[in-house]
Amino acid sequence: MKIPSNLWRRLGLGLLGVVLIVALVYVVMRSGPLAPVRVTVTQATVGSLSPSLFGIGTVEARRAYLIGPTAAGRVSKVLVDVGDTVQAGQLLAEMDPVDLDERAAALDASIARAGSAIAAAQAQRRDAQARSELAAITARRYVELGAQKFMSAGAVEAKQQEQASAEAVVASADANLAAARQDTQRLAAERAGLRQQRDNVRLLAPANGVVISRDAEVGSTVVAGQAVLRLIEPTSLWIRVRLDQGRSAGLVEGLPASIVLRSKPSARLYGKVARVEATSDSITEERLALVAMDTPPAGLSTGELAEVTLTLPTPAPAVLLPNPAMRRQADQVGVWRLEGGKLRFAPVRIGLTSLDGQVQVLEGLKAGDEVVVYSEKELTADSRIKVVDALTGSQP
Amino acid sequence: MISLAGRDILHSWGKFVLTGIGLGLLIGVTLSMAGIYRGMVDDAQALLDNSGADLWVVQQDTQGPYAESSSLRDDVVRSVLGLPGVARAANVTYLTMQVRRSQGQGKGYEGREDHEVRAMVVGFEPGQPGEPGYLVAGRHITRSHYEAVADVRTGFALGDRIRIRRHDYTVVGLTQRMVSSGGDPMVFIPLKDAQEAQFLKDNDAILNDRARTAANPALNRPGVPGLLEAIQASQAANHSVNAVLVQVQPGVPAESVAEPIRRWKHLEAYTRAQMEEILIAKLIATSARQIAMFLVILAVVSAAIVAFIIYTMTLGKIREIAVLKLIGTRNRTIAGMILQQALGLGLIGFIVGKVAATLWAPIFPKYVLLESGDAVRGLVAVMLICALASTLAIRAALKVDPAAAIGG
Repeated sequence: MKIPSNLWRRLGLGLLGVVLIVALVYVVMRSGPLAPVRVTVTQATVGSLSPSLFGIGTVEARRAYLIGPTAAGRVSKVLVDVGDTVQAGQLLAEMDPVDLDERAAALDASIARAGSAIAAAQAQRRDAQARSELAAITARRYVELGAQKFMSAGAVEAKQQEQASAEAVVASADANLAAARQDTQRLAAERAGLRQQRDNVRLLAPANGVVISRDAEVGSTVVAGQAVLRLIEPTSLWIRVRLDQGRSAGLVEGLPASIVLRSKPSARLYGKVARVEATSDSITEERLALVAMDTPPAGLSTGELAEVTLTLPTPAPAVLLPNPAMRRQADQVGVWRLEGGKLRFAPVRIGLTSLDGQVQVLEGLKAGDEVVVYSEKELTADSRIKVVDALTGSQP
Repeated sequence: MISLAGRDILHSWGKFVLTGIGLGLLIGVTLSMAGIYRGMVDDAQALLDNSGADLWVVQQDTQGPYAESSSLRDDVVRSVLGLPGVARAANVTYLTMQVRRSQGQGKGYEGREDHEVRAMVVGFEPGQPGEPGYLVAGRHITRSHYEAVADVRTGFALGDRIRIRRHDYTVVGLTQRMVSSGGDPMVFIPLKDAQEAQFLKDNDAILNDRARTAANPALNRPGVPGLLEAIQASQAANHSVNAVLVQVQPGVPAESVAEPIRRWKHLEAYTRAQMEEILIAKLIATSARQIAMFLVILAVVSAAIVAFIIYTMTLGKIREIAVLKLIGTRNRTIAGMILQQALGLGLIGFIVGKVAATLWAPIFPKYVLLESGDAVRGLVAVMLICALASTLAIRAALKVDPAAAIGG
């Protein structure tokens, strides 16, 4: 009776000891420096990736117009409001003409007066003409009489001088008439100029468009070049996209684009690159491209943020790896290859990358090579590893 | 010769084992406390390791970017790259803030929208120092905007949409042990987004600022159209970063690169050793000392409790010892029995404690690092304390009068 009980106790204690030792061994192997680093591996495959570029941009109007006066002045009329659709040539606003109308009236009066001056000059000319004709007839008769010796030479010469004087008076009257006519022309030109100035204070729409802002109201003074109204052509909306210079290789005109507007995150619009700017921003290190939409949606607002993905042409098939496999050791980019359970760092040269995280490996790896993708820790060549299917899920 | 200790343990093994387990839990707490201290230091080390930098270039006369705030222009990196001995350099921003999950996509997100976590948002340039070195799931950032890589400790999953200031970011990758010196998990986002998140104000503040600028007659002159717009645009732009991370060329001492930066660029540059000094000796010094103080007290208390347990256990057997002495057992045998029991108790306690500490370590909200060195030191300390405590008990046992066995 006593011996079995003792045996039980011995067994129990022994079992407890074994359990404790097993637990300790398990704990030591699972954590601390002896524990293996859990990793996942994948095989390099040959395939084509679908490279694309990603950038963000704002909706802008390709053609926007600032409507304002060419000289400082006061706004006297604003006829349209924000949101109004206007036609080319439509009167949008008018500046105060100040004294332009009065100056036009004065010029009109001057032109009328110039007309009278012409009439007077014509009458004077006719008078001079008549005198000249009479002087010519008289002179001719005196010359004939002088030839028959009925008149002294002195009398004949006096009549000839009278004829020359009368002709000179005609020429003078001609010149007076021309001057009066030129004066009229000058006044007419001045009036036309004034009329243009008068027209210039009328602000007209240069193209069909929509008013997007009304910057000055009636009575406010604006300087030359300051906007009273702003117009855009709603049909000319496009997106100014900024792309990181480092990730803009392959950006050319005509690339197909997929656009997501911030106001409609679930709707996808399509378009293509209409222009690539020749200069890029050196401060933000971004390149600029303008993307036109195939069918701009109704109610699009300028200044709205848009995410744009440009699809590049598919390159030739190459060895592909997911980008977490790329590791950096000192100054080399490479991958951790798994060869017979051992890790070896293999430097690689990488090519294009796609937005879903695939990387082209140009050199340093063959299809079918086993490569570490995810790891719990930074790896070294003598890390003890344990290959698992996935790393998250089993860890908190 | 029969083992007196073994027979005595067999006699009351339930009591012995329970005492051992109780002792073990106490040792487990002590080991965990040591682990918490080590974890704090390791968080600081991990922060430096993960940045992958040999040099930190920060604003002059600051100890940034972790211990103090530092602000640099983001074109400084170009002049740093031009210095001899510099292999790579990149801008980086750090911002500790609350990050919350916005509307998730798909099923399983109901009721998870309000998940919010304190995180250090890191703005980095992909492929440059500062990038997370390894992932545990997902992929690295490939878009230049609105993608994030989060530490698993944030609790975010792949595909989650998280909100940082005014933009939603998609979590595309998960990483592990990427923490700030305070132990907050990191969220990595593209640098340009991070610059915006750090310095762009909320809409109300922007509107107020615009109105304030417009009300200033010096900035809003009637005769200078466009001036106000230009000023307001310049107020909204930001070209600042917190630090430049520099990797030096292999074989070049970091200090030889740091020196010209300090002297000629009028910036501060810290090497790895100096940064460690700042983080460990300055940033986490008080909290680490707090934990260390508590650890010392806990160790002393644990030692005292172990000693008392062994002492009282021996006193509880005083009658049996008196009987042993009465039947002529040698003192050495009795002392050996007590010592063996004490050491056995200590061993059981240590194993239970180590297992318990390892099992509950992952549940702690902050990182608990159980170092093997600490465990070995703990084992030695436990054994030493047990041996010391048993000497007390042995003294008491040896002073027992054999007559007490029959004296009742």
